[in-house]
Amino acid sequence: MPVITYRDAVRQAMDEEMARDASVFLIGEEVGEYNGAYKVSQGLLEKYGPNRVIDTPITEEGFAGVGIGAAIAGLRPIVEFMTFNFSLMALDQVINNAAKTLYMSGGKVRVPVVFRGPNGPAEYLGSQHSQALQTFFAHCPGLKVVAPATPYDAKGLLKSAIRDDNPVVVLEGELMYAWKGDVPAEEYLVPIGVAEVKRPGNDVTIATCSKPLRMTLETAAALEQEGISAEVVDLRSLRPLDDETVCASVRKTGRCVIVDESWPVCSVGSHLASIVSNKCFDDLDAPVELVASEDVPMPYNHALELAAQPSAERLVAAVKKVLYLQ
Amino acid sequence: MAQAAPLKKYGKPLLHRLLRQMLLIRVFEERCAQLYGLRKIGGFCHLYIGQEAVAVGSIAAIDLTTDYVLTGYRDHGHALACGMDPGAVMAELFGKATGCSRGKGGSMHLFDPGKHMLGGNGIVSSQIPVATGVALAVKYRGDRGVVLSYFGDGAIHQGAFHESLNLAKIWDLPIVYICENNQYGMGTDFRRVSSVTDFSAMGASYGIAGRQVNGMDVLAVYDAVAGAAALARDKGLPAFLEIKTYRYRGHSMSDPAKYRSKEEVEEHRRQDPILILRARLEDAGMLAADDYAALEEKCVKETDDAVAFAERSADPALETLFEDVLA
Repeated sequence: MPVITYRDAVRQAMDEEMARDASVFLIGEEVGEYNGAYKVSQGLLEKYGPNRVIDTPITEEGFAGVGIGAAIAGLRPIVEFMTFNFSLMALDQVINNAAKTLYMSGGKVRVPVVFRGPNGPAEYLGSQHSQALQTFFAHCPGLKVVAPATPYDAKGLLKSAIRDDNPVVVLEGELMYAWKGDVPAEEYLVPIGVAEVKRPGNDVTIATCSKPLRMTLETAAALEQEGISAEVVDLRSLRPLDDETVCASVRKTGRCVIVDESWPVCSVGSHLASIVSNKCFDDLDAPVELVASEDVPMPYNHALELAAQPSAERLVAAVKKVLYLQ
Repeated sequence: MAQAAPLKKYGKPLLHRLLRQMLLIRVFEERCAQLYGLRKIGGFCHLYIGQEAVAVGSIAAIDLTTDYVLTGYRDHGHALACGMDPGAVMAELFGKATGCSRGKGGSMHLFDPGKHMLGGNGIVSSQIPVATGVALAVKYRGDRGVVLSYFGDGAIHQGAFHESLNLAKIWDLPIVYICENNQYGMGTDFRRVSSVTDFSAMGASYGIAGRQVNGMDVLAVYDAVAGAAALARDKGLPAFLEIKTYRYRGHSMSDPAKYRSKEEVEEHRRQDPILILRARLEDAGMLAADDYAALEEKCVKETDDAVAFAERSADPALETLFEDVLA
């Protein structure tokens, strides 16, 4: 099976969907002539021309709204935010228009738009450029939100998002773009709203998504050496959230740790913790633990910024806590 | 007053249609005010009384089989001018299942995609980038349509307006931006909060031709929009019109409008768009006194029927609460 980067997987998804459906187009800052700020759209302008790979000025509210309008009029736009930090400039469009037009129109007006780009902390970028903002979108009914952590899921979920008749927020990651993984040459889709057990285990369930998945899998492998068998569930979609797959795992293991790189207050992680605590109350042998980013803006200093994020050390500590090993 | 000759070019059917539509909106909106008082209609209800010539004149100048309309929350007039069923609009205001948005939209969110009326947006200026995107789709597909994007004077200082004009110009989009300057953003006189008071000048910053139009004269609106729409459609030249108008009522039903004098309102009422057109038609011998009375009676009947339909319609079933969240 071909091994490609997350970046190439995202590009393949867009390329294949643009080839398949003439109503699909890409719009955003530097997506065309610059070939993408993170080179995700490399070569697409050359292949599809400026009518379908549209460079915009730095005007997030404007081009996010343009994507919504084009979707309402029957196209399937892919709106790229250079990073989701900048999507905050367009939050009104995403929350008030993309998420609500179907409902406000009594089901008459669909908005099949994709908002995609990197989300979550990178390195040395400081407070405004290193944020995991999934909570903002996952909070809002009328949106779908996915946060793939592997090239395989990134491609399959983005293709599903483009074909979906609803607005879908696709959260990628700057540091993940260079990650490699198996991606089949033949076409496939990954369904939105379905989590996946990425590593089977018996002693503890660790649920996570997006970039922390890699650290979680590495930590699970290390825990195996200590005789702790961790089951890792990759949420993949945050809305709809496949809490049933998490709960099924917790019913087996009796213990649950959630790793979420966003802030801990009112987050997807804290929401999932409440669901697991509620639905699996009789199965749990320990309270659910949440390993989130610290409740602070991201600092610039590298040691500080690493300390702000979920780490293997904190995950190990949480796992041992729910296993009463410390 | 106008002579017969300039009126002739419009033809009697169009002139009567313009008068009938303005009158229907007037009667419909006055009824809405009563029904709001009776608590049949709730929440925010922004009436269009006084501004009828803007929606009616502009929408009459386009072809809704190819063209599109998007507006803000003061949208009853645009909905009716687009030919939406008054019964479905009134039922929506009543929150009934038979409303154009199944009772989930309300006054600010009237939609009829079949008639190319794409809403009713409650956030000041939020519809302007969306309308720009509809224009992008028209151009993307090589269609011959044009988009009318309406907003008020309150929206003109929002970034969404300025971002949209820039995008429309760099992409040569077929869109006409229409600022309905009714002179008050809620209770604030636009002159108090605007660096320029001739908004039409704002188009120039983006290389877009702007002009002011008398929004109390339905024919002036019709001519201006017909011209701008033709350029947008045929040459990809976006346009910006500041249409000067006036709302007789407060910003919404809860606004007693104490920030302006009775004299000021009276002065504008003397330039009432319906009275102006009626007088011109009568002067030109194109409307008999009986004609007007018959027209008015028809509009009252149509509104009565709309209210009756809304009254007898059922509330939405509670389970519809969960419908239409996702497609």
